Amino acid sequence: MRKQRRLSHSAQERLLTILSPIAILCVWELASWAGFFDQRFVPSPTKILGASWHLIVSGELWEHLSASLFRISIGFVIGVVPGVLIGMLMGLNRLVRAALDPIVSATYPIPKIAILPLLMLVFGIGDGSKIAIVAIAVFFLVLINTMLGVRGIDKIYFDVSRNFQAPRHKLFLRVILPGALPSIFAGLRLSAGVALIVLVAAEFVAANSGIGYLIWSSWETLVIEDMFVGIIVITILGVLFAFLLKEAENLFMPWRKF
Amino acid sequence: MSHEPTESTGRVREKISVRGLSKVFGSHNSTFSALEDFNLSVDEGEFVCIVGPSGCGKTTALRILAGLEDASGGTAEIISGAPGQQPVNSMVFQEQSLFPWLSVIDNAAFGLEMRGASRKERYRLTEPYLEMVGLQKFRNHFPSQLSGGMKQRVSLARAFANDPEVLLMDEPFAALDAQNKLILQDELLRIWETHRKTVLFITHSIDEAIALGDRVVVMTASPGRIKDEVRVDFERPRDIVSLMTSPEFGEMSLRIWRTLEDEVRKARLHDA
Repeated sequence: MRKQRRLSHSAQERLLTILSPIAILCVWELASWAGFFDQRFVPSPTKILGASWHLIVSGELWEHLSASLFRISIGFVIGVVPGVLIGMLMGLNRLVRAALDPIVSATYPIPKIAILPLLMLVFGIGDGSKIAIVAIAVFFLVLINTMLGVRGIDKIYFDVSRNFQAPRHKLFLRVILPGALPSIFAGLRLSAGVALIVLVAAEFVAANSGIGYLIWSSWETLVIEDMFVGIIVITILGVLFAFLLKEAENLFMPWRKF
Repeated sequence: MSHEPTESTGRVREKISVRGLSKVFGSHNSTFSALEDFNLSVDEGEFVCIVGPSGCGKTTALRILAGLEDASGGTAEIISGAPGQQPVNSMVFQEQSLFPWLSVIDNAAFGLEMRGASRKERYRLTEPYLEMVGLQKFRNHFPSQLSGGMKQRVSLARAFANDPEVLLMDEPFAALDAQNKLILQDELLRIWETHRKTVLFITHSIDEAIALGDRVVVMTASPGRIKDEVRVDFERPRDIVSLMTSPEFGEMSLRIWRTLEDEVRKARLHDA
């Protein structure tokens, strides 16, 4: 009888992963009530929940979220496409690599936030500069990872392709692209995180919409609950992007599951 | 892309012709001569095994024939019976050479796909070979789900399914354990019996060379040249295990070892 009631190890672990964050939230709530935290700086979880509801119902949250999502998705695509293409060319062709490697090496280390003022001069203070900063940050990470991925393909696969007289387009589609894909996805995962960072930072200083703006303006006006809502939403975005990329990896690289 | 057996015209044609082949690696300040005046002639339908000490250039010779390496001097050619219709050669590599991202059937059908066969056609032509190596149940698996022996079976199926005029095999079983090796040697002979394609098989195992080949060619230490040739007249189809335990097999093995021994010692001095 006792054996039946006892939970399996995996069930125990799953239960704990759910219970421990709930426990922390409960402690936080109780501590807030008991006056351990200054309510003006650290609001209780229920207060944050209330603020979230308010921001959702008023449509304000959606306005900021859609602005950020628009900027990050357009910037991501604009960065990824040339990043993959140029990375492929640099990986495959010695001359292209020799020509572009010094330029990439010199420009990649520039902190992207440092060029935000320059981007605002070029692309204006609207969406353009935010899209540009996301695109630039993503472009370098994807380019470098794609190039490394192509160069890292084992020589044996090129020998096999040559022996079986693979035509160029099939060599690319059946060997080079799938061979570089794991590294390209590593670049995309890094990019997703960095894209969020640069977007929020850009929205802090130069925007009148977006989750970064919500966080910053709530801080300035001391509506701290709203600031926490912004932090939570940006965290959820980070988790969501990671999840979507994982799903995409399973879809495009089924052989990696085993 | 038909799989007709080679028609017998009565007289035997030369299929592989290697004349005065040499290969020098490296730049002008440090060079290494891998092959020097290497000569070999293989008839159509013949199964020839090359044994030699490690580093004697046997793999280099094979890679030159496969078009993966350029010769420094001399010629190495496969004389095509039907130019343009059939691939001239397919190689079975020593190391793991399956594409991790392709399923077993797509790996085995790789050559046919590269030649533009439709999916239906290439699967139809490939499946019998997967069946011959006992992997039809694993057709949709990925290489990472297979053992080393199973991977090499797919490599064999890939080369045979491509239906080349000549099969070039570079120590395909070297990385396998003794029992798997025996089983795969047996399977290789069984598949080979169905079409009797010309095979050039490289190994460092004398027993493997005798068990499989019609002729065993012994190479010298680097730079590689031909030292001796032994005709292997055991009747086919062969049962490898009982063949290996026969006294004739032992005698032949010993004789080849006597020839090879000096070269192995020389190669060891080279390394030191």
